[in-house]
Amino acid sequence: MLIDFFYTLRDAKLPVSVKEYLTLVEALKERVIAPSLDDFYYLARMTLVKDERYFDRFDAAFGAYFRGVEKKSELAFDIPEDWLKKRLERDFSAEERAQIEAMGGLDKLLERLKELFEEQKERHEGGSKWIGTGGTSPFGHGGFNPEGVRIGGEGGQRKAVKVWDARAYRDYDDQVEIGTRNIKVALRRLRRFAREGAAEELDLAGTIRSTAANAGWLDLRMVPERHNNVKVLMLLDVGGSMDDHIRRTEELFSAAKAEFKHLEFYYFHNCVYDYLWKNNHRRHAERTPTWDLLHKFTPDYKLLFVGDATMSPYEVLQPGGSVEYNNPEAGAVWLRRLADHFPHFAWLNPEPERLWEYRQSVSVIREILGHRMYPLTIAGLETAMRTLSK
Amino acid sequence: MCSKRFEGSSQYVATDDLKLAVNAAITLKRPLLIKGEPGTGKTMLAEEVAAALGMPLMQWHIKSTTKAQQGLYEYDAVSRLRDSQLGDERVKDIRNYIVKGVLWQAFDSDEQCVLLIDEIDKADIEFPNDLLRELDRMEFYVYETRELIKAKQRPLVIITSNNEKELPDAFLRRCFFHYISFPDAATMQRIVDVHYPGIRQDLLNAALQSFFELRGVAGLKKKPSTSELLDWLKLLLAEDIPPEALRAADGQKTVPPLAGALLKNEQDMSLFERLIYMNRHNR
Repeated sequence: MLIDFFYTLRDAKLPVSVKEYLTLVEALKERVIAPSLDDFYYLARMTLVKDERYFDRFDAAFGAYFRGVEKKSELAFDIPEDWLKKRLERDFSAEERAQIEAMGGLDKLLERLKELFEEQKERHEGGSKWIGTGGTSPFGHGGFNPEGVRIGGEGGQRKAVKVWDARAYRDYDDQVEIGTRNIKVALRRLRRFAREGAAEELDLAGTIRSTAANAGWLDLRMVPERHNNVKVLMLLDVGGSMDDHIRRTEELFSAAKAEFKHLEFYYFHNCVYDYLWKNNHRRHAERTPTWDLLHKFTPDYKLLFVGDATMSPYEVLQPGGSVEYNNPEAGAVWLRRLADHFPHFAWLNPEPERLWEYRQSVSVIREILGHRMYPLTIAGLETAMRTLSK
Repeated sequence: MCSKRFEGSSQYVATDDLKLAVNAAITLKRPLLIKGEPGTGKTMLAEEVAAALGMPLMQWHIKSTTKAQQGLYEYDAVSRLRDSQLGDERVKDIRNYIVKGVLWQAFDSDEQCVLLIDEIDKADIEFPNDLLRELDRMEFYVYETRELIKAKQRPLVIITSNNEKELPDAFLRRCFFHYISFPDAATMQRIVDVHYPGIRQDLLNAALQSFFELRGVAGLKKKPSTSELLDWLKLLLAEDIPPEALRAADGQKTVPPLAGALLKNEQDMSLFERLIYMNRHNR
C-alpha cells in the first residue's frame, strides 16, 4: 500500500526510512485520520518528514504524485487506489461483491474507471456510461448500479491541494534560504569544546573516585570549565562584483561575530595579495601585511575566505595582476601560502554554484585551494564547517 | 485503546494540522517533536494538551549541561558518602540514594501523563541518542539496583526544539514531526480573541495590520512573533492608546507606539525607522 508514493518521495531525495513508512501505514490502520486527502497530506508529512527544510520538496513530490490523477477529471480521483479497494470491501455486501465479480472483479472495475477518466473531460450527470451523478453507470455517486463506486468525498480535497501547491515552505529549503539565524546554526558545527584554563568546576566523578581511593577521606577534585575554543580567521572580499552579495555576506559576518569568541577578520579586494586591511574606509591608510597574519595567527585558526572569486585570471596568476596596485607576487602564491599555513581552510562563494564553471578564475582558485570552495547556502555552509572541523 | 482527542482549548488556538499531529501521537503513542519560530507556542502546547485532556503534566527543561541520565535517575553518591561517614543506617540500602528523574516519574505514574521535554536542541549532540530506547520502548535499566523500569502507561511525549542543533536521524525516525508555521492573519485574530476577549475591533485591526507590515520588513534580524504581539497588545490596552495613533493622520506608516515590545534589537529598530523616514521622503 502506497509503496509507489514512498518511492516517489525517495526519488525526490527525501530521507524517508522504512520505519517511518511503516509508522504511516500503522497510523492509517489505526484510523488516525478520516479518509480525506487533506488529512492524509498532513499525516504523511508528519510521519515521513522530520525537518521543515524538506517540506517544500515534500509538497512538490506530493503534488506531482497526486496531481497526475487529479487533473483528469472534475471529480478528482485523488484517493489512493488501495483506499478505495478497502472501502469497497467494507461497504459492499456479499452479493453486491458477487455482482462486481460479474463485471470482471474489482481490479477490472478500477481499470475501467481509469479508462473513463481518460475519456471523459467534462462533468457529467445522468446517462449510463460516463462518470457523474445520478446515472446507472457503475461510477460516480447517487447512482443505482450496485457496482457503483462513489468517487470524491466531501470536497475537502481542493483545499488540501492548495496547501501543497502553495509551496509555503519553499523558504525553508536549505538549498536556497539563508538568514542570520540559520547561519548561526550552521556555524555552530564548528564549536569545539575543550577544558582549558583555571580549574573552577567541581569534578564530581573524579572527587568520588579519589575519595574512595583515599579510604573515605574527602579529596576534592576540580576541572576547568568547558568552553568553545575554536578560533576563526575570516578574509572577506569587498567591492567590485561583491556588491551584489552585500546582504548575505553581512548576514554571515554578523552571525560569525555572534558565534565565535575568537574571530579575526580582514578584507581584501578580489584576491589576497601582500596587504589586507581591517577598516574599509581607511583601506589605503591602514594596511596589514599578509606576512603579519601568517606570523601572528597559529595554524589552529580556521581560515575562511568569503568572496565570489570572479575576476580576470591574470589577477590570480600574474605578478602585478592586481587591479589596485603593482603586486610583486601573484595572488596564487599568496593563496597557496595561506593554505599551507592554515591546514583548516575553506572558501565560501556567494555566487550560485551553477555559474562557477563559466568563470575561469573560479576554477583556478578552486584548483589552488584543493576544491574546498562551497556555495554560501545553508547546505554549503554546513559542508564547509564540516571540512573545517576535520 | 485511548479515545482521548485533542481539539484545542479556550486558551489555545490549534490549527487542524496541529490537532491531527497531537491526535496521531496520542493514538500511536509516539513522541511528537514540535519545531517552529520562537514564540509560536511550542511549550504552551504541552500545557494545553495536558489541561484539555485532564492528564498530569511532567516537564523536563533541557539546558546545555543536561545529561540524558538525569531524566532517568541519579545516584546521589555524595549523600551516601556523608551518611557513611556519619554512620547512618540508611547507607546500607542503595535504593535510598537513587533519585528519580522526570522520565522515571512519568513512567511510574498510574494514569497516562503528558511529558514535556523542552528545548531538546539545547543539550549536547549525544543527548537525543541516549534517549532512543527510553522513548521507543518506554523502559530503562537501573544498574545500581538491577531493576528494569517499564512505563505503566506510555506517556504522551511532547518534545520542543528551537533548531539550534540538528537532531540525529535515528531519533527523528521515532518521532512524529510538526512544524508550527507562523499563523496567518485570520488565525492570529483568533489567537488574540482568545487572549484578550474584550479588545476593541478597530484597535485590533490597526494593530494586526502594523504587526504584519512590520514582519514584512525585509532584513530584520529577529521578526516579532506571536508572543511579542500579545505583549504589545497588552501594553496598548494598558496605555489606552487609540487606534488612530497606530497610523499617521495621512494614512502613512509611522513607527507604532511602544514598538520596543515588538523589535528587540536596536539595529532592527533603527532599520525600521530609516525605512519609514525614507518612505515619507519618497512620497
